[in-house]
Amino acid sequence: MIKITNLHKQFGKLKVLDGLNLSFEKGGIHTILGPNGSGKTTLIKSILGLVIPNSGSIEINEKQILGLWEYRNEISYMPQIAHFPQNLKVIELFNMIKDLRSGANNEEKLVSGFKLEPFLDKKLGNLSGGTSQKVNIAITFMFNSPLMILDEPTTGLDPVALLHLKNLIQEEKEIGKTILISTHIMSLVEEIADEIVFLLEGKIYFQGTVNELKEKTLQNDLENAIASILRENNV
Amino acid sequence: MFKILKYGFFDLIRSRWSYIYFLFYLSLGFILLFLNQDVSKAVITLLNIIIVLTPLIGTLFGVMYYYNSREFIELLLSQPIKRKNIFLGQYFGISLSLSLSLVIGLGIPFVAYGIFGSTEIFNFFSLLLIGAILTFNFVALAYILALLFEDRIKGFGLAIISWLFFAVIYDGLFLILLLVFDDYPLDKFALFATIFNPIDLSRILILLKLDISALLGYTGAVFQDFFGTEFGMLFSTTLLLLWILFPVLTIVYISKRKDF
Repeated sequence: MIKITNLHKQFGKLKVLDGLNLSFEKGGIHTILGPNGSGKTTLIKSILGLVIPNSGSIEINEKQILGLWEYRNEISYMPQIAHFPQNLKVIELFNMIKDLRSGANNEEKLVSGFKLEPFLDKKLGNLSGGTSQKVNIAITFMFNSPLMILDEPTTGLDPVALLHLKNLIQEEKEIGKTILISTHIMSLVEEIADEIVFLLEGKIYFQGTVNELKEKTLQNDLENAIASILRENNV
Repeated sequence: MFKILKYGFFDLIRSRWSYIYFLFYLSLGFILLFLNQDVSKAVITLLNIIIVLTPLIGTLFGVMYYYNSREFIELLLSQPIKRKNIFLGQYFGISLSLSLSLVIGLGIPFVAYGIFGSTEIFNFFSLLLIGAILTFNFVALAYILALLFEDRIKGFGLAIISWLFFAVIYDGLFLILLLVFDDYPLDKFALFATIFNPIDLSRILILLKLDISALLGYTGAVFQDFFGTEFGMLFSTTLLLLWILFPVLTIVYISKRKDF
């Protein structure tokens, strides 16, 4: 599905991605883990074309994507924190995004699932952080794209919404979508991840299942496994 | 591009600031006409206000809007849209909504006063047109600065300085140069220097149009002398349009290479 070879990205003097090689199979939930500043967001943004890599290549379905834009029709991206135009209403934002890309199919289900009906006519600037995040999720899951990229999707959600989000992710997985999630919440990873990618200093440190990581680090739970990796590498 | 423009435009015309800007011009128009029974005098007063104020508001709005929609731009960038179209759409959205506030805000009082029956009608409309062009110029410059500087305070500060430079400092430097190099023929230099300031260009353009040589000033006089009224107007209009074209191309150039 995604094949990344020798990706380099530098911001000023700071090397964020340092010859990263990575490939994801089609289907399943892949989580991207790593300490702060390990390059998770930069990696995601490179795939989306938001960040322009210094060198290297990114292929999606065996097609080179750097500098192109049409391929983004195949990707739903949910940013970490969503800020929307203050004066637009929620419903107008939905219509706008639907106007910008094709393939929207389950808007109503999402609106009722997150109980967004009372907010549809409210201006986005007046929504609370959690409600904005729900709108953000709705926009992302509205489209039937084969690849989903979620950057810290659980931020600011209440337990009910969180549960609903997890169900949504599972549903999308069952219909064969490929889902990339970057997160710091280990319980979420243990619950849903089919594969873990652990980033360290701009390179892939580990790629495999949760159990493989536990075996490799000789730890019983994921949190300790991650902590032991970080201690070993003096991060 | 037009979709982004449309939504940006609707977002903006509903913002409080667009109304304040609109109401400001509306009351300015009425007050001017109330104090100045003579329409042609009101037009000249208006000229002096417009060539300073539209660049200032364009600059402030351009920077503010970019920084405010920074995260939203990220969301748009992750949609299947060309980068160029996002930024051009936003740029034209801001410029158009500001120009509209100006044209409608001033248009209402002058139309109510009977500008259509007056001989000043063409002068008045060229004044509005110049206000709109200046808005497009300075929104573009501000947008470039905002794109270049992630640090909001830096971007904001530089945008204000750039306005101050074109509106005030440029003329001051120019006068000092004229005084210091009094003994040399500076006509050509004066002409050349005017090209690099859209505010000067529009002042000359409108004064040539109004045919008030007393207010032309040094550069204006040289301009009229060198090009004549007709060609001078054509020349300055072309330059003003280039002052939109080049900044817009710069916006495209920078946005293509920028990381978000």
